[in-house]
Amino acid sequence: MWAILSILVENKPGILFKVTHLFRARDFNIDSISVGVTDNPEYSKMTITTYGDEKQIDQIVKQLDKMIDTVKVERLDEHKTVYRELSIFKIKLSNANDSMEINKLTNAYGGKVHDVKKDSIMVELTATPDQIKAFEELAKPFGIIDVARTGVAALQRSGAE
Amino acid sequence: MNNMENMIGAKALMTAMEKEGVKEVFGLPGGANLPMYDEFARCNIRHILARHEQSAAHMADGFGRVSRKPGVCFATSGPGATNILTGIATAQADSAPMVAITGQVPTPMIGKDAFQESDIIGMANPVVKYAFQPRHASEIPEVVKKGFFIAETGRPGPVLIDIPKDVQQNESEMVFPDEFKIQGYHPWADPDIVAVEKAIDMLMHAQKPVILAGGGTIISSAFAELQAVAEALMLPVVTTFKGKGAFPENHPLCLGPIGMHGHAEANKIMSEADCVLAIGTRFSDRSVGTFEEFEKNLKIIHMDVDPAEIGKNQTAQLAVVGDVQMNLRIMVKLLLQKAIKKTEETPWVKHVKETKSYWQENLKLHPGEMGAAKLLRKLREILPKESIITTEVGQHQMWASLFYDVIQPGTFFSSTGLGTMGWGFPAAIGAKVAKPDVPVVDIAGDGSFAMTENSLATAVLEDIPVIVFVMNNFTLGMVAQWQRTFYDRRMIGVDQGKYCPDYVKLAESYGAQGIRAESMDELDKAVRDALSSDVATVIDIPIDPEEDVLPFVAPGTSLKDMILPS
Repeated sequence: MWAILSILVENKPGILFKVTHLFRARDFNIDSISVGVTDNPEYSKMTITTYGDEKQIDQIVKQLDKMIDTVKVERLDEHKTVYRELSIFKIKLSNANDSMEINKLTNAYGGKVHDVKKDSIMVELTATPDQIKAFEELAKPFGIIDVARTGVAALQRSGAE
Repeated sequence: MNNMENMIGAKALMTAMEKEGVKEVFGLPGGANLPMYDEFARCNIRHILARHEQSAAHMADGFGRVSRKPGVCFATSGPGATNILTGIATAQADSAPMVAITGQVPTPMIGKDAFQESDIIGMANPVVKYAFQPRHASEIPEVVKKGFFIAETGRPGPVLIDIPKDVQQNESEMVFPDEFKIQGYHPWADPDIVAVEKAIDMLMHAQKPVILAGGGTIISSAFAELQAVAEALMLPVVTTFKGKGAFPENHPLCLGPIGMHGHAEANKIMSEADCVLAIGTRFSDRSVGTFEEFEKNLKIIHMDVDPAEIGKNQTAQLAVVGDVQMNLRIMVKLLLQKAIKKTEETPWVKHVKETKSYWQENLKLHPGEMGAAKLLRKLREILPKESIITTEVGQHQMWASLFYDVIQPGTFFSSTGLGTMGWGFPAAIGAKVAKPDVPVVDIAGDGSFAMTENSLATAVLEDIPVIVFVMNNFTLGMVAQWQRTFYDRRMIGVDQGKYCPDYVKLAESYGAQGIRAESMDELDKAVRDALSSDVATVIDIPIDPEEDVLPFVAPGTSLKDMILPS
């Protein structure tokens, strides 16, 4: 199963290393990770998505919770959470129609087009990982030159605690 | 109330340690920790010079396990710091309280690949409970206060404090805090009365219940509570190897350690049990064999201070999180309130006692005069019950588990998690410093003793008269046993014979006492001489290099698949 973990950590050097090392040492997987300082500069919020069975996810949460630098560890219910990832695609343009087709596709997914060149186009898409994956599949036939993704950022909806 | 004073970082360190009650530390000086060492001349802390930083860490570890206060070790930067890593990892694996203090290159040199620079924080993070690197002298008092608190509370463990040289030398206004906050650290869970009540109910309704006492029972000193629960509910007690001695091994309900080299009767009864009260244990593979097989048809009540241990290796039907002594006390109280005290032996308890008798009478032992069982039973016969035992790692360690009965709880210590050869002797020195009035014996093998034998210099120089009981088969015995058992007797890299030093002469060369014992009479005399000696003594006991440790549960098999002596 896929799980979203929200981890509030003290904003100190070396914490990212400790968290990622924990995953490696315990043989857990990191599917994606994003980190940023919160509105209170003393803390950073990490969002980690991971795969595992119920027992593994439970262990990941417990081991993260045990870390002294983690202030709060939550497993978020994806149905009660707003979660998004930013992705940027550089897609090949082989003929005059391609640009129009990619524009249509981008609009359908709520993305933005940047930096249109004669032979390539850049698309920015903020969506769920599944939507990004679907866009990628549809963009593949045009030829994806490069892609960059940020990892998921997530917050639980109010009243869902 | 906070006290303010102007002083350099190194002096603040010593002052803060004195406030924590530190009286002895173990270590080695070097360039990057000289300002700290200079302060030893002006404080009331005794510095005990080790001959290798790993040994200094093991000494601190032994001190910490016996005193239940963090043992402190010092090392310089670079290789000094990397040398203590094995000692730190050993303490982490066995949840021993320790504070390791390393010197570091000055802050402007950090990251510049300076002479004797190592990123010890980065290296140590995976094997410490926490690591600090103060960047300003004024941080030192609070760092020390937090470090000691983290090391000894909850599930104990090692804490590293890495102090750059300029931070040691800089002067600052120091505030020694009485209070502090660590937001993400919650070492104490409230006692769980509801869960304890459920546990009693489960144990009362089980047909074949047992207690499995782990190392956490010893760490929390829950000896009296464990005995009260076992006797009230008439529960047979098995232990893990780390839990050996949590319960008196001469008690009729005690079956001793389970596991790879557990007692036959303990493995047998554990395999038959339908419900286990597992106290302060992480269900190590060495204790339980294959995880899936162990939990089959077994209801597990898991009592542990560390919530992350619940469900890690075994699925618990009931978790009781919190300090085990506190929760066992509640259990004792509830049993008294409910007037639960079993007086009649159940068929299960009868069977347990019969099983114990059978194996104690029928386990085949080495026929020679100097067989392992005979040696260790002789040692037990002579030593006062309060004597502290440490062990090295190998066959002798497992023989000690099998044949040396711990009578007074909390007097047996071993590197059970990391299995660090060379741990026992320096740990014995640390233990003796913690409890100078009690005999301390390191049960050793020739291979392990070779790893930290130079700690003899510390034992002699510092007047720490410990006893090293070397069961010498001139072989890396446990590896040799595995090569005999699993590798068709292809004996590679295990024969120390030609290159094994004469341990009697070696001891004498350090100014210690060396005695060779080649008969039971000589052994008897040697142990008695060592006990009355005021210098460290090495007793060298040649034994049969072909003697195996049996019973044996091979890796990847279950407790009921014991290989027994034929």
